[in-house]
Amino acid sequence: MSDHEYTPKSKFGKWFNDRLPLLTLASHLTDYPTPKNLNYWWTFGGILTFCLLTQIITGLVLAMHYIAHADMAFDSVEHIMRDVNYGWLIRYIHANGASMFFLAVYIHIFRSLFYGSYKSPREVIWIIGIIIYLLMMAAAFLGYVLPWGQMSFWGATVITNLFSAIPLVGEGIVTWLWGGYSVDNPTLTRFFTLHYLIPFLILGLVVLHIWALHVPGNNNPVGIDIQKPSKDTVPFHPYIVIKDGFALLMFMIVFAFFVFYTPNILGHADNYIEANPLVTPAHIVPEWYLLPFYAILRSVPDKLLGVIAMLSAILILAALPWLDTSKIRSAVFRPLYRQFYWILVADVLILGYVGAMPAEGLYLLIARVATAYYFIHFLVILPILGFKEKTLPVPLSITEPVLGGSPNLAGARIKNKENL
Amino acid sequence: MSEKKTKRRDFLFTATYAVGAVGVGATIWPMIDQMNPDASVKALASTEVDVSSVNPGKTITVLWRGKPVFIRRRTQEEIAEAKAVSLKDLKHPEKDEDRAKDPEWLVMLGVCTHLGCVPLDQKGDYNGWFCPCHGSHYDTSGRIRKGPAPTNMEIPEYKFVNSNTIKIG
Amino acid sequence: MKNFFKIIILSLIIMCGHMNAYSAEKVEYLKTHWSFKGLFGKFDRASLQRGYQVYTEVCSSCHSMKYLSYRNLAEDGGPEFSIEQAKAIAASFEVKDGPNSDGDMFTRPGKLSDKFVMPYDNVKAAQAANGGAYPPDMSVLVKARGGGVDYIYSLLQGYEEPPVGMKLDDGVYYNKYMYGNKIKMSNQLSDGLVEYGDGTTATVEQMSKDVTTFLMWAAEPHLESRHRMGFKAIIYLIILTVLVYFSMKRIWSGIETKI
Repeated sequence: MSDHEYTPKSKFGKWFNDRLPLLTLASHLTDYPTPKNLNYWWTFGGILTFCLLTQIITGLVLAMHYIAHADMAFDSVEHIMRDVNYGWLIRYIHANGASMFFLAVYIHIFRSLFYGSYKSPREVIWIIGIIIYLLMMAAAFLGYVLPWGQMSFWGATVITNLFSAIPLVGEGIVTWLWGGYSVDNPTLTRFFTLHYLIPFLILGLVVLHIWALHVPGNNNPVGIDIQKPSKDTVPFHPYIVIKDGFALLMFMIVFAFFVFYTPNILGHADNYIEANPLVTPAHIVPEWYLLPFYAILRSVPDKLLGVIAMLSAILILAALPWLDTSKIRSAVFRPLYRQFYWILVADVLILGYVGAMPAEGLYLLIARVATAYYFIHFLVILPILGFKEKTLPVPLSITEPVLGGSPNLAGARIKNKENL
Repeated sequence: MSEKKTKRRDFLFTATYAVGAVGVGATIWPMIDQMNPDASVKALASTEVDVSSVNPGKTITVLWRGKPVFIRRRTQEEIAEAKAVSLKDLKHPEKDEDRAKDPEWLVMLGVCTHLGCVPLDQKGDYNGWFCPCHGSHYDTSGRIRKGPAPTNMEIPEYKFVNSNTIKIG
Repeated sequence: MKNFFKIIILSLIIMCGHMNAYSAEKVEYLKTHWSFKGLFGKFDRASLQRGYQVYTEVCSSCHSMKYLSYRNLAEDGGPEFSIEQAKAIAASFEVKDGPNSDGDMFTRPGKLSDKFVMPYDNVKAAQAANGGAYPPDMSVLVKARGGGVDYIYSLLQGYEEPPVGMKLDDGVYYNKYMYGNKIKMSNQLSDGLVEYGDGTTATVEQMSKDVTTFLMWAAEPHLESRHRMGFKAIIYLIILTVLVYFSMKRIWSGIETKI
């Protein structure tokens, strides 16, 4: 952690800090110079930390009452909902918390995409972020199995069967994952164990994510490096803390609305039917946050290729820092990229929509076009755009646009407003 | 900045902190309360026991709220012994009449008040119960006479529903 | 900041649109007023009590409600029978208990802590008695159906003559609102089937509404406290947000950046 000089005032503080520099760390975190022009899209890092901690705390509480056994899991969830003191509240927070977590992470990712936060020198932050995102998906999937409803059971069956696409060893891997010849009690208990483990892995990676962030410092809406820390930045505390806090509260209002007034709207009714290995529900749909990838999976007619396409759709993001050849970070100064960015956003939303629809007729066609465009965006458009695009002039410092002193920027700002 | 302004700012920050603290407290409470006995546990708080087959000098042990309850039909000698004890000799003075409403029946929680082990029936120096964990001796009324236990064994709330049935809790 | 919220709100709408996209069935359900919907929604106690009567007298001969206990009937936010009434209701059922000290199972009158007595010993017995179809447990039935209360309410009134040309097997009935229109439960409700203690006329519509209200409560027994707590929580959050907003303005007042 950078060149931070700090000496505790008290004698004991100094004695302790010499042995374990926790106070230096605390001081680094509070004084951490943050670009003062960060907008509200940058508050989602803090919001995500809140989401993770909420999931861990409510999860620990639920684990005190939940029974990971095929015969009792569904009953124990109902026991939590009916008898445990505030059990319904804690479970609804945990269940909706997963959706809010993904809502926040998608905003966070698309913020990165818009302002080029994945570019040099922040590639490692970005890749750690992708790993966190993958682990989140795993945790969400495993967690969804635990109530042992119909969607849990059949979701688990369908997703684990993806591995059977692997040539030669596929079937063996699936049997190994199940611990039997179908999704059953051994599957449930191991899923519970892993669901419990993953959040702590994520927590560790979040520490690395923030550590890696604190080395180069934050990107910012104009996407240029800090010239003069004294002029361009503010200390993290209290400036960013209060701003993140404000955004977090707005977020919590939305969160509370879901928990208290429509707690089941993001779930699926079939999951209130206990798992039945003899009957498959009429429509198997994953949770909303996995729908775009589900659409990609289904748009490919071949089993193995479908799985590969779905995985590549996520892994391609890890290569993004090198696929995007532009020297300019922020989309504010990249008029063409900005257009393509919004097309990508629309594309992903369309994928999400068709992912929820039956894979037939027009829906399937749309899914295929959208899937193709998704890959074209990253593999063709971005590399070419870096060379072809005429970018707008970039301000000399962060402070300049803040003061409105840069004449060549005024045009860019107006344009940016139109687009945002 | 004038003094007035500073004061107003201080008030704003104090109010924000205070309101925030209330919220944190209100959020923590459900996380604590969830560990308290839940509604289904509370509902099982009473149990009925048929004691028609218990002869004088016999003890049955039943489970109530997950703990053993001793129901002993005492002999005349035991009752006499329990009544003869002077309150001065007791570590935790309680009259036998207060512990056994019907002197023939002693209904008490079979849990040693020291650290929660289950004492053995008809053992120890006082013809009552003896706790093997740390050597507490109880008399025929379940009162502590010797050893580390601080109080007599607890009498739960109970009543005779009819002459053959005791309802505990 | 304006743009920021515009986008957030837009994406929330899209997200909720997604949800409806796959939960909405094409059939229009019958409409009625549900007192438990909305920010301050509460159950209609009298309707819950009548609904319980319909459940016991009509549904319970085939449908279990295994997650409910008789004590629930007296709890806050439910039908709120008095403790004595709930005890009497519980005692009117024979509950299997045991084994006793001889190792035998025996029956005794129900207690408040007992679960609702099940009509069948197990799923297989239920299927055998109902021509192979398992009458689903009703504890969370409302939450387990896409259309929720509207679906159940409509289904109970949705029995019609099958359209010309549609052939129905024995023991299969036509229902307008059932998925696939074929249902193995025959029409159970008819006007005046039960006699309400409070003098309400027992029309099919009334009974459907009452029993559906009862099922909603059975699935969400804490709905009322959820609504109450939610209102308080959101008011609280708004107050704190306003305070934090002004604190933020103060703190940032020395910085020239717009916030």
